[in-house]
Amino acid sequence: MAPLPTTGATSTGAVRGVPPTATARGGASETVASRTRTAPMAFRWSPGRIALTGAVLVYLVVVLLLPLLALVTETIRVGLSTVVEALRAPDAQFAIRQSLVLMLIAVAVNAVVGVATAIVLTRQRFPGRGAIEACIDLSLSVSPVMIGLAFLLIVGRDGWAWPVLEAWGIRVAFAFPGLVVATLFVTLPYTIREVMHILVEVGDDEEQVAATLGASWWRTFWRVTLPNVRRGLTLGLTLTAARALGEFGALLVLGGAISGKTETATTYIFGATEERHEAGAYGMALLLGVVSMLMLVVIEHFKKRRSGT
Amino acid sequence: MTARATAGPARGAVALRVAVCAYVGLLVALPLISIVIEGTSRGLAEFWSVVSASTARDAILLSLWTSAAVAVVNIVAGAGTAWVLHRYPIPGKAALSWMVDLPFAIPTLVTGVMLVLLFGPTRSVGRWFTAHGIEVLFAPPAIVLALAFISVPFVVRSVEPVLAELDRTEEEAAATLGASSMRTFWRVIIPALVPAIASGALQGFARSLAEFGAIVIVSGNIPHRTLTGAVYIFSEVEGGRPHAAAAASLVLLGAAILASALAWITMRRTVTAHGA
Repeated sequence: MAPLPTTGATSTGAVRGVPPTATARGGASETVASRTRTAPMAFRWSPGRIALTGAVLVYLVVVLLLPLLALVTETIRVGLSTVVEALRAPDAQFAIRQSLVLMLIAVAVNAVVGVATAIVLTRQRFPGRGAIEACIDLSLSVSPVMIGLAFLLIVGRDGWAWPVLEAWGIRVAFAFPGLVVATLFVTLPYTIREVMHILVEVGDDEEQVAATLGASWWRTFWRVTLPNVRRGLTLGLTLTAARALGEFGALLVLGGAISGKTETATTYIFGATEERHEAGAYGMALLLGVVSMLMLVVIEHFKKRRSGT
Repeated sequence: MTARATAGPARGAVALRVAVCAYVGLLVALPLISIVIEGTSRGLAEFWSVVSASTARDAILLSLWTSAAVAVVNIVAGAGTAWVLHRYPIPGKAALSWMVDLPFAIPTLVTGVMLVLLFGPTRSVGRWFTAHGIEVLFAPPAIVLALAFISVPFVVRSVEPVLAELDRTEEEAAATLGASSMRTFWRVIIPALVPAIASGALQGFARSLAEFGAIVIVSGNIPHRTLTGAVYIFSEVEGGRPHAAAAASLVLLGAAILASALAWITMRRTVTAHGA
């Protein structure tokens, strides 16, 4: 049932694609050289190409869009007013606010740490630089549950830092600081990578010139380095925000998803699914899905500008 | 003088370096070292007996084979998608490209909820599969579908820059020299794409091994059947057995690091081969 509209879309696309291509080919002379020059324009929809395009579209629609569609239709089936009411309940409101606070903290911390780390890693040579870079890359391969476990081994009740934290009266595990730490772990690489990418690209010529002209390091940073990396920083921080909003496993393990205390938007969905609270689960999932899709629009916009220049 | 200028006043540069190292060290290195210590603290024999116990072993093997299966799917689907996106004048290309990146943005638990809604036994699509005797939800196919969703971008995004590079260089040269398009495809394009495809598939494999949110609510988590490595780790943590969780983590993390390292090496070889 579902693949049908896709195949339809493909063939209309093919039909629309043919006429200009045909004229372009008709106008081209038959020499090899001119055919090469007009190659990008001389595109013809052969059966093989149509089949490949159709197969790709069907795959993407089945794997990516059908699940999305199921979420939308099921939320509508439950009833939008019921869903809105469920999301207005105090526990849902608390979870949403907690997720937003974590997102803002992640963005603020990564704005500072991301730029600082990127500068240190691109502009300084020191022993152990490779190890720091390896740690940053490694953080992407670690499963969220392992992140939760790792911090529990340190700050949990049997963790080796527990006595110290207990003496100071600081709770990390199953408390707000635990959520912050887990969010900072999962968001670490994004800003660093994007800012490093730009720093390597622009080189340090301008910074050198500024310094030669007598600008202090701070002045050079504010007037030269920061304006240069602005685009990378914005993209990195948007990725950070999206990642922070979507984190689940690490927050569940380290935070415990205690309703009204350590619950976030994602762990709220998990709890609501377990309790068969349909309106809350689907509503929150749709809300998070829509917000992350909008963030993706911003991300794609910045990415296009990055590859465009 | 110039070195001082770029690095800032020497003392400030060192302070910044120390702060960065401390942040990354405390946030990433220390927790990971804790897992290594916890997992191996009782000796290698104990480590082995924990990870080879039937529940742990089956969970790790399930993660490995489903991730590998999805990697194979991604080799075909990802390369095809990158090709169509890059070479064919299809309408709505921006929308399609946005769709490919969706899994990067959508929270994995939301992916899980979507799959439950699509394949649940009371839903239309799920009912059809049940009527035809095919189990999807709470069975291995659900795990494969969840992993297929989250790993869509990897091969596509690693192949695209290579395709863009190819446009300008080898292919044009081959065509000017009179090579047929099939010959160009097999002799020039495929050899250039293989490392990028392999690298993307390996990255997707590593990412799949780590997946938790999209799987935990669709797989049913039945030991020996649909309990994956990451969910096994979760259940051991919740059950108060951090040692078993840490041991299993080491195996999965080792496999993920190995795959990432291989991806990095294949990509680096492409870069040097094309750059030189």
